[in-house]
Amino acid sequence: MKIGFTLNGKNTFIDVDAARRVIDVLREDLEMTGTKEGCGTGECGACTILVNSESRLACLMVAAQLEGAEVTTIEGIERDGRLHPLQKAFVEHGAIQCGFCTPGMVMASIDLLSRNPEPTQAEIREGISGNLCRCTGYQKIVEAVAAAAAAKEKDGLP
Amino acid sequence: MTTVYRPGSLDEFWDMREKYGEALVFAGGTDLFVKLRALNKYPPVLIGLAGVKELQSIEELSGAVFIGAHATHTRLLSHPRIREHFPVLASALRSLGSPPIRNMGTIGGNICTASPAGDVLPPLYVLGAQVELRKKDGSRRVPIREFILGPGTTALTDGELLSGVWLKKEDSFTIHHFEKVGQRKALAIAVASLAALVTTTETGIVEKARFAWGSVGPTVVTSQDAEDALVGLPLGLKALQSIVPIVERSVSPIDDVRASAAYRKALAGNLVVRLAGRGREPLRA
Ligand SMILES: Cc1cc2nc3c(=O)[nH]c(=O)nc-3n(C[C@H](O)[C@H](O)[C@H](O)COP(=O)(O)OP(=O)(O)OC[C@H]3O[C@@H](n4cnc5c(N)ncnc54)[C@H](O)[C@@H]3O)c2cc1C
Ligand code: FES
Ligand code: FES
Repeated sequence: MKIGFTLNGKNTFIDVDAARRVIDVLREDLEMTGTKEGCGTGECGACTILVNSESRLACLMVAAQLEGAEVTTIEGIERDGRLHPLQKAFVEHGAIQCGFCTPGMVMASIDLLSRNPEPTQAEIREGISGNLCRCTGYQKIVEAVAAAAAAKEKDGLP
Repeated sequence: MTTVYRPGSLDEFWDMREKYGEALVFAGGTDLFVKLRALNKYPPVLIGLAGVKELQSIEELSGAVFIGAHATHTRLLSHPRIREHFPVLASALRSLGSPPIRNMGTIGGNICTASPAGDVLPPLYVLGAQVELRKKDGSRRVPIREFILGPGTTALTDGELLSGVWLKKEDSFTIHHFEKVGQRKALAIAVASLAALVTTTETGIVEKARFAWGSVGPTVVTSQDAEDALVGLPLGLKALQSIVPIVERSVSPIDDVRASAAYRKALAGNLVVRLAGRGREPLRA
């Protein structure tokens, strides 16, 4: 099936089995390996991407659902070589250890901050409740998201 | 090879449905795609409902609210009519899955999956919801408790689609309550859950009560006996504890990987007792 969509702002055309999983389209066909696959069953959030600005799990989507969509992955959030405020905050707060969960955590946090620009600690925990991290113990991730929210407010960044 | 169709309207849907009898329908795919992958068996044709315009609306119509089958959990949660009139449903939705699961999953998918642990179901039972089923040449409305037949089975017939849910505005209950016990807080399938609607007098005497439990039987469990036994009593620890034996007789839980039958039975009763903390308080979503 021929499918056209926007990937990180670029018009993208693929010709794949319509039921091919989006995680496989991204990682294997398009070689965008920033998005990770942990569980493949919706439970870990490692494959979180944005579709039309909302978080989605790429392991539970089929290629046909991409038609006409605007897709953003971790590769598409920096601007002119500058890290997204969330990426920066993750680095600065030691919120990354092995890094496997990080792309999903960042994408989930973008969804959260777009709905709720000033989340409480509890709301941040709820916002990333679909994302598992086996390294950091979450506290540093929560701090990073809080810092990014505060920084965004200061700088008026998107 | 699987072909995936994404009709834009019900008319287009019926055409595809007729042409591809073996097609499977999906909404958010959060149940179906997990299942298909586990079985590694994809059908020749999949039909996605996300573009069908008639299934998207959430409307208020004289005393009732219609929720289109493809309304996602996230959309329902942010809808003022749902939070205002059906706090018990909003509260259940908040406990369902995780943010991306709620962004993808739909009310229609939750109902049609007919899981005893489906979090949308206990609220729909206490709210007396009716589901609207459509065929090419007509539609019918069925009370939710007649629609759900058993774990994974519903009254949907061949060629029929769940088009939405009808809820009468329920502003007469002073307490809307939902509580779910899982193995952890997020992304937890219910080990047991309770949806309850209660009305008390100014002085806290129960006037009416409706209960529905999830995960403690093959389908959602209700108990008219427990509801009747509570009427006329002051809503508090003593009265609630007095109906626990009736609750325990009403449920028929099983042992599974998440919990034992005995533990589930104890939970069903304890979930009712926990209503004691909720006196006459304003509705809150
Ligand atoms: C990680 C994870 C966590 C989850 N947590 C929870 C939870 O906490 N609580 C809970 O209740 N559920 C949970 N679920 C299950 C699931 O997300 C929900 O049941 C969801 O509401 C299903 O909706 P869907 O649109 O994704 O269904 P789909 O997967 O698209 O469809 C499910 C079934 O319903 C049929 N169907 C869908 N729409 C219609 C229609 N309009 N007419 C006829 N048939 C239809 C499909 O053919 C399919 O058989 C979880 C799932 C995952 C993967
Ligand atoms: S890989 Fe998609 S949620 Fe785990
Ligand atoms: S940093 Fe290793 S899983 Fe989160």
